[in-house]
Amino acid sequence: MKYVDEFRAGDLAQGLAAAIAREVDTSHTYNVMEFCGGHTHAIFRYGVQDLMPANLRFVHGPGCPVCVLPIGRVDNALELAGDPRVILCTYGDMMRVPATGRRSMLKAKAEGADIRMIYSTQDALRIAVENPDREVVLFAIGFETTTPPTAVVLKQVAAAGLKNFSVFCNHVLTPAAITHILESPEVREIGTVAIDGFLGPSHVSSVIGSQPYEFFAQEYQRPVVIAGFEPLDVMQATLMIVRQLNEGRHEVENQYARVVTREGNRKAQALVAEVFELRPSFEWRGLGLVPYSALRIRRQFAAFDAELRFGIETKPARDAKSCECPSILRGAKKPTDCKLFGTVCTPESPIGSCMVSSEGACAAYWTYGRFRQPGRPTAPSTEAAA
Amino acid sequence: MCLALPAEIVSIDNSRETAIVALGPVKKEISIALLDEVSVGDFVLVHVGFALHRLSPEEADRTLALMREAGENPEKEFAEGDAP
Ligand code: SF4
Repeated sequence: MKYVDEFRAGDLAQGLAAAIAREVDTSHTYNVMEFCGGHTHAIFRYGVQDLMPANLRFVHGPGCPVCVLPIGRVDNALELAGDPRVILCTYGDMMRVPATGRRSMLKAKAEGADIRMIYSTQDALRIAVENPDREVVLFAIGFETTTPPTAVVLKQVAAAGLKNFSVFCNHVLTPAAITHILESPEVREIGTVAIDGFLGPSHVSSVIGSQPYEFFAQEYQRPVVIAGFEPLDVMQATLMIVRQLNEGRHEVENQYARVVTREGNRKAQALVAEVFELRPSFEWRGLGLVPYSALRIRRQFAAFDAELRFGIETKPARDAKSCECPSILRGAKKPTDCKLFGTVCTPESPIGSCMVSSEGACAAYWTYGRFRQPGRPTAPSTEAAA
Repeated sequence: MCLALPAEIVSIDNSRETAIVALGPVKKEISIALLDEVSVGDFVLVHVGFALHRLSPEEADRTLALMREAGENPEKEFAEGDAP
């Protein structure tokens, strides 16, 4: 496919690997956090870590929207789905996410709940039009990439005066989470997680632009290089981080210039600002409460807010005991540090959310990296990625 | 979840703010409500049924050239992508 295959070429990968090996200072270690699950996925799928010198390590961050949604919100969605009036529309990735008591949407659907997997918010709109006597609720999750499509559908239903459609909004913001990670005690405590530089989000940045990271690079004195999701993009961006660190710079640079600009997509930003406002605080699975890190629906669109329509209250819910997702999402632990990894917890039967989405660190380890872990059982023959 | 692919615009329906794109051999209808301006032949980044951004063929070529250069010529200074 054009603009995909070129960025997977093996010969260029070797050249970039050689350049990185040549330029790293062997007396230093380089810990590069990839925020996005899309990068985690690419790093494992293409074995990028294996092409890196021994003193350069990728630390996997919390950038998987499925992984960071707290259990309490999944419980809320399951409660909604249990209401016989409701058709719950969800992106496919959410189907297997374990909620309280190991329930999941997949199980609820099997038990008769009307849960529909959608590809686009436009599918949810169509379902609402086709089912005027049912309450259609869009379980809206994701970062800045999925938020504008939710804004579009809210404007469409408001314009059409559609009475049977509402949105359960769980959209979260990337820059707030990156800041939170750098301020977490694990990262401040020297020696636990040292993060020297960041691979910045690809598609999130196509919407918000590179500008929001500028403050962050200054304030925390860490380089941020916005990187595409193909393996060569990751490698080139890593080389740019290495160069910044070697030169003592901490700037925002943009490797993914074919899609990302400094301003981002202004039209999408304006739509999001029109429909949503900041929540003072929102819980992230693994990170806890993060101030101003999520969006809620503005008062003008309150008629379409499922939280108001159904009186949703989120109760605190605990992650499964011994699931290490919270530490993994902060880069403090690796999936293989979890004693459930690959034994009790697999993508077929996940205990924690990091094992669900193919962008979760545990799922990526299992699907692509686990053969490097001697003494672990072998993978099932089925395609494991969700 | 964050999967997004570059696809070529094949036709546009401005009244519905939709377009047909070609993803390799597959044709698909997407929304172009998030883009200001788009023409047939443009490549766009498609995510959850929406075009998020136009893809710049010039920047794609430039990035590939820089990758090639980094691998081939150790002496030559590597100009970073497009530092904002
Ligand atoms: S392997 Fe499973 S239980 Fe362990 S941290 Fe990952 S998701 Fe949680």
